[in-house]
Formats: sequence, C-alpha cells, structure tokens
Amino acid sequence: MSDALEIAAAVRAGSLKAADVVEQHLAAIDGREPEIHAFNLVMVEQARERAAAIDAMVAAGNDPGPLAGVPVALKDNMCTRGVPTTCSSKILDGWKPPYDATIVTKLADAGAVVIGKTNLDEFAMGSSTENSAFGPTRNPHDTSRVPGGSSGGSAAAVAAGFASIGLGSDTGGSIRQPAALCGVVGVKPTYGYVSRYGLIAFASSLDQIGPLTNTVADSALMLDVIGGHDPMDSTSIPVAHPSLLDAIGEGVEGMRVGRITDLPEGADPDVLERTELAFDALRDAGAKIVDVEVPAFTFGLTAYYLIAPAEASSNLARYDGVRYGLRVEAPDTNAMYGVTRAAGFGDEVKRRVMLGTYALSAGYYDAYYGKALKVRRLIHDEFERAYQHADVLLTPASPSVAFPFGAKGDNPLAMYLCDVYTIPANLSGHPGMSVPFGTGADGLPVGVQVLAGTLCEPQMFRAAAALERAAR
Amino acid sequence: MSAFDGLPGDWELVVGLEVHVELATVTKLFSASPNRFGDEPNTNIDPVTLGLPGALPVLNRQAVELAMRIGLALNCTVQPCTFHRKNYFYPDMPKAYQISQYDQPLNVDGFLALPDGTRIGIERAHMEEDTGKSTHFGGAGGRIHGSDYSLIDFNRAGVPLVEIVSRPDIRSAEQARQYVTELRAILLAVGASDAKMEEGSMRVDANVSVHKPGTEFGTRCEIKNVNSVRSIGRAIEYEARRQIDLLEGGDKVRQETRHWDEGDGRTHTLRSKEDADDYRYFLEPDLVPVAPSAEWIAEVRAALPMLPAARRARLAEAAGVAADSEAAMVVVDRGQDDYVLAVGDAGGDIGRALVHVKEAWADSPSVPAADLAKLTTMEVAGKLTATQAKTVVAELIDNDGGDAEAIAKAKGFEAMAADSLGPLVDQAIAENGDAWAKFCAGEGKAMGALVGAVMKLSQGKADGKAVTALLNSRRA
Repeated sequence: MSDALEIAAAVRAGSLKAADVVEQHLAAIDGREPEIHAFNLVMVEQARERAAAIDAMVAAGNDPGPLAGVPVALKDNMCTRGVPTTCSSKILDGWKPPYDATIVTKLADAGAVVIGKTNLDEFAMGSSTENSAFGPTRNPHDTSRVPGGSSGGSAAAVAAGFASIGLGSDTGGSIRQPAALCGVVGVKPTYGYVSRYGLIAFASSLDQIGPLTNTVADSALMLDVIGGHDPMDSTSIPVAHPSLLDAIGEGVEGMRVGRITDLPEGADPDVLERTELAFDALRDAGAKIVDVEVPAFTFGLTAYYLIAPAEASSNLARYDGVRYGLRVEAPDTNAMYGVTRAAGFGDEVKRRVMLGTYALSAGYYDAYYGKALKVRRLIHDEFERAYQHADVLLTPASPSVAFPFGAKGDNPLAMYLCDVYTIPANLSGHPGMSVPFGTGADGLPVGVQVLAGTLCEPQMFRAAAALERAAR
Repeated sequence: MSAFDGLPGDWELVVGLEVHVELATVTKLFSASPNRFGDEPNTNIDPVTLGLPGALPVLNRQAVELAMRIGLALNCTVQPCTFHRKNYFYPDMPKAYQISQYDQPLNVDGFLALPDGTRIGIERAHMEEDTGKSTHFGGAGGRIHGSDYSLIDFNRAGVPLVEIVSRPDIRSAEQARQYVTELRAILLAVGASDAKMEEGSMRVDANVSVHKPGTEFGTRCEIKNVNSVRSIGRAIEYEARRQIDLLEGGDKVRQETRHWDEGDGRTHTLRSKEDADDYRYFLEPDLVPVAPSAEWIAEVRAALPMLPAARRARLAEAAGVAADSEAAMVVVDRGQDDYVLAVGDAGGDIGRALVHVKEAWADSPSVPAADLAKLTTMEVAGKLTATQAKTVVAELIDNDGGDAEAIAKAKGFEAMAADSLGPLVDQAIAENGDAWAKFCAGEGKAMGALVGAVMKLSQGKADGKAVTALLNSRRA
C-alpha cells in the first residue's frame, strides 16, 4: 500500500498499523536506496518511534489526523528541530536547527511520519540533483538518468516507494520538473498558499513548498493539511483555503482549457505529442479548448535568472562562518568569510551568487534587476488576462523526459532551459502542477503541466484529476 | 551665539543630523524576543534575531505605532511604506543584510521647531532594525582590525530603530545641540523611546560642511560616534574648523565618513566615499507593504500628548516669561509645568512658583500646590523677601508641605517697611566707605558688599530689590 489516502484511512480505522507501514517503506529503502540515493538522512529510529506513538493513539481511541501513519520524505531544505538540515551543501556542515518549519509542525499535528530528509541540488539551485554536495540522486525509472531537480530526492523517494508523499520546494520548477521526470504528481501552489517559515530560502519571492505524490488526490490531501495562513510568514495568504480533496470529485464539464499559442519552442516531439493527447483527453471529458496569448512567457527564463540569483545572493550571504555551519579558519574575519564560502559552496551556487550580486550592483540595477522586475509584472498581467478566457492552461512540464547524467553538466544554459515552462508561474505567483501522462522516449514518464489563476487550485486539481483518470 | 557660531571669516556652517533612536517596544521589530537593555548577553534571541536559515520576519505593530507617533510629532506625512534589504557583511549583522526602509519610508516631509521658533526640516523618519553589538578584544583601539578575538551580543539585533533624517537646515553647533535636545524631549514626551545617548538608545551622526553664504553647499563629511549632546557641539565645531583650514589652505574637502574621538577632541577618517559599500538595496521579499489606514493615523494623532514646545508656550504665557527662557525650558523638561500651573490654579503667583520649582526640585515637587501658592501670594504682597521665601520653601520641603504663614511667623520673618530701610542703608554706606566709593566709581561688584551689609543690619529681613533701588537712588 503506498497511496496516502488509503494508508491514513486504514491506520485511522485501526486495520493497518503505522509501524507496519513504516517497516514496509524502510524495507524498500533498504532495497534500492544505495542505488538511488534519494536521502541525505533516513530517520529510521525517529520514524519507528513516531509510528508506535500513532498506533498507540489509535489503540487509545484517539484520531492521529488526516495523515495518520503516512510516511513523508522532506526535502533537506526544510528545518527539522535537532535533525541535520543541510540543503545538500557543505556550508551547513553540522548544523541542527533549533526549531521546526511550520509545515513540519503541521505534519506532526496531522499524524504523518517523517521518514527522512531528501537530496537536492545545493540550495535548490539546479534541475538534475547533480549539484548536491553529497552526490546525485538517480531516477528510479532508469538509474543512468537524472531524477530532475532540485527536489530530485523527494521525487525519486516517492517514485521508488521509499515514502508515500514527498515534500519539495519550487522556485522555478523544482517540484514540477522532477515530478515529470520521475512520473509522479508535483504541485507548486499559489505563492503564499503554504507557509515558508522554516524553508531555507533560495529566492524568497519565488519559493513555494508543495507535495510530490503518487496520485492527484494525495497531493490534494497534503495541501489541505499544510496549506493556510501562518502568522510566522507575512507572505502567507490570510484566507482559508477550500478543501482540494473535495474539489477533485467534480469533473471538467464546461471547463475552459487554454492553449498558449506563443509558447516557447524547444520541447521534444514525444513531450509535445503527449501534451496534445492531454488536450484531447480533457476535451473528451467535456472541457472546451481555447487559444490564449502570453507573449512575455518567453522572457520568463531571462527574468528569472536575474531575480532568483539576486535574491539568492542576499539570502546566502548569511553563511559566513560566524554563527553556525562550516568555518574555515583564516587570519582575520574578512579572510575567514572568503575561505569559508569558497570551501562551503559548490560551483552553481557561486555562479548564481555572483550573477545576483552583479545584477543588483550600483550602475547595473536598472539594466538587469530593475528590468527583470518589469518583465515579471508583465508576465503576471498577461497571465491574469489569459485567465479571463481560460480556467486552466496546459503546457509541457519539462521539455524532455529524464536525461542521462552529465548530459547538461557543462552547459548551465542548457540546464536552465529545463525550467522554461515552469518558471513563469513562479514569477507570476500563480499555481501549477505536473501530472504524469503516459510515457515518451525510451518508455520514460512524461508530465503535463496544468496552470491556473491565483488561488484557483480547485480548478487546477479538477483538470489534473481528469488527466489522471484518462492516463489510467 | 552668533549665526556663524564663531567661525572665522564669513564661512557658514551647514549641518544635517541623522538620529537613530531605539523604540520602547515590548518585543523586537520582527520577532517576539524581548526588547530589553542590559540583560545577560545572547538571552533575548530566537531564530529570526539570529538570522537562522528559514526564519522569517514579521513586523511588530507596536513599532509601527511608535514610529508613527514620532512622525506625527515631527509634523511629517505618514504614508504607505515598504521595507528593503541593505546588504553588507559584518559579524554582528546576522543575516548579512539589514531590513530598513529605502525609497518608501513611513514618515516624510516634516519639521522640528527649535525653542526660538526656527524650523529645521525633517526629510524622513523611517523604521529599521538594529544590529548586534560587537566587542573586540586585544589589539589596538577596540576595533575589529588587529583584535585577537571578538564577542557578539545579539540581544540588540532586531531592536526597532527609527532614523530621523533632518534637512541640512542647521547653521550652528548651538542649533545642533538645540535640535538634539528638543528632539529628545519630543521622543520622551510621546513615549517612543527612552532616548539615552549614553546607553546608545539615541545615536547621532552629523553631516557637516562649510561654505560662503550665497554659494553652493560645500562637500560634506559624516561624523560618527558622537555620544553626548556636549560632544555634538564639540565635534561639529572641530570639523567645521578642519574643513575651513583645508579650504583656506587651498585644499579640498574629501567626502568621507569620520570618527569623532572624544579623547583627543578630533575627527579621524573612517572611510572615504570611494570605499563606501554598495548596499544593493532591493525590496524585502519576506515582508509585505504597510499602509496605515486613515483611521489608525487619526487614532495615533489624537492620542499624542501635548508636546514640549506647546507646554513651554503655555507655561511661559501663564508665568510672563519667554518660551525659550531657561526656567520654562528646564521646568518643562523636568515635567514640572503642570505643577507650576496648579499653583496658579490654587490662587498663587505662577511667576514666583516657576522660580521656586526650578530651583528647589530636580524632579516632581513634593509640596502640595496650595501650600506653595500661599507662599507666593505672601511674596507678591511684599510680606516676604526672596531670601526669606527660599527659607520657607526649604521648610515646606522638610515637612512635605505646611502653612507658609505659620512658618514665616515662627521664623520671625515679617515685612520690613520701606521707610525703615533708609536709615539702615545710610548706616551701611557710612560703615563701608571704600565699597561706597567704588560703587560710585561704577564698580558693579561693590554693590554686593553694600547689599550684604544692609542684610546683616536688618537680620535678613530687608528685600534685596528694595535695597538695590535705594543704593542706586543715593548714588544718583
């Protein structure tokens, strides 16, 4: 049993022991984790203790909550009290957060079992999980290929049956792209839907936490648990969210599904073919296909690679060796900063910190960061106009299926292009999700991206559920 | 004090002040840790204060309200505002950026009126967070460079600050002192800050330049580490003379930040403009814009207490003195003006009450207003001399009040009729020929000896003013 809805229902009913669920998943980890390397840390003892506590609650007649006994894998950029949280970087060597991220508290309150901390591209910067300081994660569908990134560890953990649900963070596609490459569902909700308190920032105005799951319903279940306003995150939206689990029961009859006519080119034929079949599937289910234009979509990638590094250059400046994490000794403070950061950060992180510092510098701000903000506003406004004509939009999630290790290693721009379809939703703040929709080249999974308007997760999930039904 | 404050030649001083004040909030600007001075180091901390990975700031409503009080008291417009990140590395700056307000501050375009009515423009009064406090050990001068090691106390990190930036409207060191004194009084009056320069809850940086009137402003230098009202004047005067010496010697003033050294009474180069950090300001993505509603602003404005200038004007009018007289300034500063006015309400003389209160009490007067009122009434009626009145006040203080008339009687104080003074004055002149001669020759000091002699002869019952008048009429 791997679907979270089924596990939770059975554990709550007392017909399944959380302890057995944990053992089943630990056995799967024992079997393939050495090959996959989805985890930076498997929390064997903590998971067993937690499962026992949940079983005791059920035995005592208490309800552990909607995620009772569900094994969850956390991307290792989410703070867990007393448990190392690394961002797959050497710079955080030895650091154990003294506090839990808000989502970790919510998971605990809902009866979930955190089974481990998953691998990622260092500080979530990458699209293949090859940028981890602790070595890459492999795609369970073909271990010669990447799982995507940066939430590659969580995506692989779900695809390999190591966890029922993975949590990831998505700054430019870091949930949706690995979900597509690993054949699982991945959701980036509306910016502000889920609290970021305790998520180690990459680019604060773009980062958003979301689920990676086997089914659309499990993503809905997870978002119903972790969504909502958090007084600790000023950017979390102060409204109550309707239940997504309830929403997916409804069909797509009469739904307007938009096709972006001026979408950037470059997707592989197999991916384009599956995307076309997705349009057909929704039409067959009663939806209406409409054409919309989002001319600035094309400029998303460029704007993103100014805005995200700019924020990152500021967010990552705190890793200076003074208070926590790695410190390399040097004769004076300034030198210590330099050698510590040189030793602690990998190449991609350094590249982006330099890009971002440059983009914000006096004399360059207007030409780079300032202009990127204008493009961002344009993309937002164009999406808003598009959503007046369409309830959801459909695009590929990734231009290609999972690619072999090293395929884009020497070419940052080729790697950046992996996120060409996912980035605009981060810039605009709108929700997006990737749904597995059959296979493409070499029998590898293809994901189709469903995009929707601000807080229009219910419509997005209805479309996703329809695609899931059609794909089965 | 002249407008040029004693500057040589026809140089004019131009000063703008940047004053940082710590707000008297219960908690920090962006977290729930206590905002409290003097606690054990690193006890008032939390993930936000330490800038731990993943922690996020949440704006303190009380801090915004206190900042609004400052803005409204300084006649500013309160406007919708945003926060930016000011990026730079320093060990006591835990996030490597300071959250501050940049191009959209909370308060803009106000002014502060000096006691003489001169208006000093206020460009802005914006919110920002304080840094931690570094202490450097070993090496020279307590600076980070060359020290053996440093310790950091993060209790102060995240404490809410308001930076009040004046326009370059200040024209003398004395005006700068007055500005800071008045600003401090306003901050205390509105309860925004305890404004203690010695504890660092009020910190002043001065932008100083000199020029010839009618020409463009000169190149300015920013003076830091000015830790008392007295050193503000000293530092500005020193810096102005340094710049004038440079200019008159044919050199130029370099734009730079200079450090005031209280010990040697000089300013020293800290960093030049070329070395200035590029702070790479950008909008703080972890916070949302703040737009105080018209209702909130009106509420805060309505709750403002009477400000020192208005209190001085009220007192001065009632007492018949100038609003910027020392007595009015001092008594309002000590918060004794309500008491002085209460003496008037009790039928006393406000002018005399002002003098007694200023001289007898450093803080809250300990005698019922009605008791002091009776005393001042006797004085005005000529029943007590000023000297006798002082003695009675001392007695009132010793007894926490009492009947001035009974005390005067017990002391044997009674009014000495003006016609009985004449013979005593003549006797004093006769017995102090030398002093009389000097007094007639125009030596003012000799007056004291003659008055003293009359006092002695009258056993302290003579009214000093009447004696002086008689002496003057005898000389003429």
